[in-house]
Amino acid sequence: MQTWYAFLTGPALWVTFIVFLGGLVVRLAFLYGLSRERDRIFYNHMDWKWGFRSILHWLIPWGSASMRLQPVFSAVFILFHVGLLAVPLFLSAHNLLWDRAFGVSLWSMSDAWADALTIMVLGCGVFLFVRRMIRPEVRILTTAWDYSLLALTLAPFVTGFLAYHQWGPYELMMVLHVLSGEILLILIPFTKLGHMVLFFFTRAFIGFEMGARRGARAW
Amino acid sequence: MEQRNDSHRPVDVKKIQQLLDANNGARVRTWLGICSRCGLCAESCFFYLAHNRNPRLSPAYKFKATLGELYKRKGRVDWDFLQRCADIVWGECTTCKRCSMFCPFGIDVATLIATTRTILYSQGITPQGLARAVVNYRETGNQMGMSTEDFVDTCEWMAEESQDEVSGVTIPIDKKGAKYMYTVNPREPMFYPQDLAMAAKILTVAEEDWTMPSTGWDCTNLPMFAGDRALAGQVVRNMYEKAVELGVQAILITECGHAYRSALFEGPYLAGYPDGKPPVPIVHSVQLFYEYIRDGRIRIDPAKKLKEPVTYQDPCNVSRNGGLWEEGRKLVQFLAEDFRDMEPNRDHNHCCGGGGGYIPMGPEYKARRMASGRVKAEQIRATGAKIVIAPCHNCFDQLSDLNKEYQLGVKVMSLKEIICELMVIPEKFQPSDEGEGEGEKEA
Repeated sequence: MQTWYAFLTGPALWVTFIVFLGGLVVRLAFLYGLSRERDRIFYNHMDWKWGFRSILHWLIPWGSASMRLQPVFSAVFILFHVGLLAVPLFLSAHNLLWDRAFGVSLWSMSDAWADALTIMVLGCGVFLFVRRMIRPEVRILTTAWDYSLLALTLAPFVTGFLAYHQWGPYELMMVLHVLSGEILLILIPFTKLGHMVLFFFTRAFIGFEMGARRGARAW
Repeated sequence: MEQRNDSHRPVDVKKIQQLLDANNGARVRTWLGICSRCGLCAESCFFYLAHNRNPRLSPAYKFKATLGELYKRKGRVDWDFLQRCADIVWGECTTCKRCSMFCPFGIDVATLIATTRTILYSQGITPQGLARAVVNYRETGNQMGMSTEDFVDTCEWMAEESQDEVSGVTIPIDKKGAKYMYTVNPREPMFYPQDLAMAAKILTVAEEDWTMPSTGWDCTNLPMFAGDRALAGQVVRNMYEKAVELGVQAILITECGHAYRSALFEGPYLAGYPDGKPPVPIVHSVQLFYEYIRDGRIRIDPAKKLKEPVTYQDPCNVSRNGGLWEEGRKLVQFLAEDFRDMEPNRDHNHCCGGGGGYIPMGPEYKARRMASGRVKAEQIRATGAKIVIAPCHNCFDQLSDLNKEYQLGVKVMSLKEIICELMVIPEKFQPSDEGEGEGEKEA
């Protein structure tokens, strides 16, 4: 188990970061190149102001008509995303690792906060699972892969939480925690999870397409 | 239902693959790649709402089951699959673009649906009504196959008729250097020539410098809805090139929605203009009529202002896809004392259920059109209005049908009709008692 842990936090981690960041950069670069070739005409209408407004209104909680139409779901999906970003970045244990590896670290939250946010993420995840199953308009779109990605997204949180509280076999949990986190990061550039960065581009596009050309709010 | 002739021809997979490849740009790829299947778009679609939230009518399902599937199967599909696609992209979506405003990623579903229509068209699949129109455009340059002679005759006849009410009305044909080249929907010269007369009266009273072209006068673009992009480009070019030839300052679009969307936004792409802009400015009647009344070029008789409650239908392609919702509203308030807005409204208003080619697709679609129009009927009923103003021919026809179907008890009117009824005819345009067209009455 020790060797596994050492491998996962050593070479595998490097590979993960390279694939994760490199994959995102390559996907963006590829799409940018493709857009210059095949969607070139739309650059005629590019407008930073409308693009930015479109992004902003969808980042602000209930900043769009669509979010206001489904306030409960919106609340869940906002909290889910906040937790997804905040826990891995600001967990003190992660920051210790950053510090040890690079001599730099981010602001750290208390473990109690991290715990609470983790439970929140898991709660939101369960909500999203159930919603996928019971709402007909979501269920009809959902494939096994959507459930798998959601499960993979939650896996590092479940295992991290169990490991921190030393519930179950600690070493195994740590291995699973690192492993699931790495799988998730590797998948991001190649799946719909790429919306992590692509969101900003599609939102900006529809923002200036509807806004700069027609003055219509895409939010 | 959809096929033009024989029903089980082999599918030209190679052609489909070519089109899939040609459209596989950054936008389509990203949209199909990141749709998170969250289902938020469903609530935005009137088809979904009108059919008791049938999940098969959510925008995401519609593009996933059609273009999404085509990409997934790399174009290797059979005839039955294409028939199902046709049923979805023509029978269940009017490309109103409302859903793209409700999608967290702003996925432009209308573009995905239009792309699917193009692929189906390449296999000879398109609704019969649109197929007929396409033949007419190809042969005569307009959707109803009207000859230039008939068109010019109709203009002359209408100019003459109008002189009983407004003296000096003419419909100048092919006048060089005029300010506006007025283009119309062929429905007007063909079935409702009084529409031409009303426009002529308004433009005469406003003392506008205008002309009607003898060719390129059809501003509609049904090939765009049928999926024939090459012909759609040609149709717009006919109009653009005529405007350039006549040296007019702008093209004026009649009270038609998709004509405006085609002329101003999609036409330049279809016609291959690299800067994405039409060669002359495009002005919609809603804009021009608003300016006339705002600036006092047309005076409204205050005593004649509409007393009954009035509501305004935002045509998708004039408001959401045309940006003229405020002008439309202000214009209506010049004409009516009791204006009541629909909810939702402006750029978020619902499609009437007759757009995207639905009306010209013909009677076999009528039952579906009436069923999905329920949302609009309820919106109108909730305002308590007695008059609905619809500055779009498709909206006009759809609302008239809905009015009967749902017994709304409203009167559907165009702006031209109301302005003609309410405007003050200045003395110099008042016909003389002898009925001589040219007679000017001296005070």
